[in-house]
Amino acid sequence: MEKLIRIEPAKCVGCKTCELACSFKNAGEFSPSKSRIVNEVFLEEAKFITVTCMQCDDPWCLKSCPKAAISKDAVSGVVTVDEIRCVGCRTCVSACPFGMIQYRADTRKADKCNLCNGDTPECVVFCPTNCLTFAQEDKPLREKVLRFVNTMKDGQMEA
Amino acid sequence: MAGKLLRVNLTTRSCGIETINEAWAADYIGGRGLASKYLSEEISPQVDPLSPDNKLIFATGPLTGTYGGANGRYMAVTKSPLTGTIASSNSGGYFPSELRYAGFDMIIFEGKAAEPVCLQIYNQQVEIVDAAHLWGKSTQETEDALRQEFHGDAKVACIGPAGENQVHFACIVNDKHRAAGRSGVGMVMGSKNLKAVAVRGTGGVRVANPEAYREASREAYSMLKQNPVTGEGLGALGTAVLVNVINQSGALPTRNFQSGTFAEAEEISGEKLAETYLKRNKSCMGCIIGCGRVTKLAGARFSGDGEGPEYETLWSFGATCGISDLAAVTKANYLCNEYGMDTITAGATVACAMELFEKGLVSEEEIGMPLNFGDSDAMVKLIEMTGKGEGFGKKIALGSYRLAESYGAPELSMTVKKQEFPAYDGRGIQGIGLNYATSNRGACHVRGYMVSPEILGLPEKLDPQATEGKATWTKIFQDFTAVVDSSGVCLFTTFAIGAPQFVNFCNAATGSTFSDEALLEVGDRIYNLERMFNLKAGIDPSQDTLPKRLLSEPLPDGPMAGQVSKVPEMLPVYYQERGWSAEGIPTDEKLASLGL
Repeated sequence: MEKLIRIEPAKCVGCKTCELACSFKNAGEFSPSKSRIVNEVFLEEAKFITVTCMQCDDPWCLKSCPKAAISKDAVSGVVTVDEIRCVGCRTCVSACPFGMIQYRADTRKADKCNLCNGDTPECVVFCPTNCLTFAQEDKPLREKVLRFVNTMKDGQMEA
Repeated sequence: MAGKLLRVNLTTRSCGIETINEAWAADYIGGRGLASKYLSEEISPQVDPLSPDNKLIFATGPLTGTYGGANGRYMAVTKSPLTGTIASSNSGGYFPSELRYAGFDMIIFEGKAAEPVCLQIYNQQVEIVDAAHLWGKSTQETEDALRQEFHGDAKVACIGPAGENQVHFACIVNDKHRAAGRSGVGMVMGSKNLKAVAVRGTGGVRVANPEAYREASREAYSMLKQNPVTGEGLGALGTAVLVNVINQSGALPTRNFQSGTFAEAEEISGEKLAETYLKRNKSCMGCIIGCGRVTKLAGARFSGDGEGPEYETLWSFGATCGISDLAAVTKANYLCNEYGMDTITAGATVACAMELFEKGLVSEEEIGMPLNFGDSDAMVKLIEMTGKGEGFGKKIALGSYRLAESYGAPELSMTVKKQEFPAYDGRGIQGIGLNYATSNRGACHVRGYMVSPEILGLPEKLDPQATEGKATWTKIFQDFTAVVDSSGVCLFTTFAIGAPQFVNFCNAATGSTFSDEALLEVGDRIYNLERMFNLKAGIDPSQDTLPKRLLSEPLPDGPMAGQVSKVPEMLPVYYQERGWSAEGIPTDEKLASLGL
């Protein structure tokens, strides 16, 4: 079944450990620029936003690839770049509206999150606040719904 | 795995890239240790700190920019204009890591620019650029401007107007709210007409043994998470968690150390901050502790936003000024960040001025207003005047020692080697007093944080009033701190992790083969190197003491009432522990054993 990296921005403290963990595992060095997950820090607003590839059902990168180097696994749902087929043309980079696939100058290939190939994603393993979780169920969504429902419950008049 | 250093000659406006001396890196690790070695080799300790002959070094450690606990620190090392000693001031945020992603472990600034300049680094492309238009701007304005002019993702370290106006305790601010705070490192930067360093790095940091490094990090993470200070206290309330703790222990210096308890401590506590102005908790790069506090003031009297106040700042503008107005304390903190001033010395100097005023040694006319303890409006106004270099602010800008001395009362300056105490009274906590007296940069808590065993009970509980064994503990804490400061890791991790974890980190990162003992010996070496610098600079061992007040005026109230500091009793034992002569001079034998 499909598991995804679930993100709860409210729990983030802007430490960028996810970027460090991702790049260390997948690029062999600590390098936020090479990370497949992005933790953006907005100092003034005190807001921290984390984004990564959400493994689209109908991925722009996949559809745009002229070499059919990108595929989506029918079981896990992971969208993967085949590094042998990839020619580094960067078409996918232009196509993805979220900027979640990048061209890596060192490998000369397209690079994106593959959910660490079946392991628990390294960003999730190292996230200190549990802002990131790896789960089938979208618990953050459920929690948001519950918060909303509880607000309504508290405001409801006695029957 | 030798790293690179960037040498910037501001006089000739030229830059060069060098390989770091590998033998020195093996002996001193990086950061504080390695930069102190370079400084000792390249300048005379007798140099005028504000002359072009002084150098300013930015130094990361081999763990900066990695994960592992809180690995995003750098050190600003120079000869201090406040103390005349070697200075090394530490800061986190994102700037230090970015410097390593650009490919540099260190920057050495030498000479003096004829006009204001800033340094722009994009990976290995380095340029010295005119910065006349940035002169006079706050640290926040400077960072915003450089993001626009140079690179949207640039990380910036800069001075504010205080560094330009030669405030003796000007700091270097990075990422808007993080500071290499103490000892006037920003005054040195200002003296060189260097306004800012902006860096964008798209490369990475590699380690010698990735598998071992990951393992070491996993171990450290779980220890940090399980520890009550790093796993709970600092995350929940930040360093401000200490206000109530230290006040209850009777060692919260109040009204310029005239008392050790502050009746209104609750009003300036971490708990109070959380209820009022706290917006959000925040980490530095790669930090899992997250002690940063993002706050906002939106009142009629004071407004603004930023990070802090931290514990020391709550004390310096709070208890020691007799002030319980948290909005005023927070505003003074923001002003210090904007003008680029050390909050500890700033607040402590105002407190000293308050005592001078109340004792009739300085007049209302000279200050331009009454300056009684507890007057929060006067305090905030004076901080602003200091940053701007206006009126009596120019006197505050000298720091408390020079201020009190100019009114014939140097004994009212609560300093060691002309640097102000932080927020722990050496009469209530004996070991921290000994650390203050023997710290190589003057009074400072983060040279050997004896508060950890004496109050917090980590790694084990010591009686704060006992003197026996304190010399040994102080030496170990000071040596270990020197190692941590050289590695690029935040000192706060050491509540939870010790030498064995740092051995694992350093060995995995650099390929070194340290044992626990060998790593602590590096700390001992750094400590002695700094000591020798200071001795050659003319800071003689008679200055290894505390102000008369702490030695002879007992604390009047609280749980530690009646206590004075017993530094004179502990100091000879400390010298012996260090392998120094009875006069406090490192013996030839000691120096030889450390390869000095």
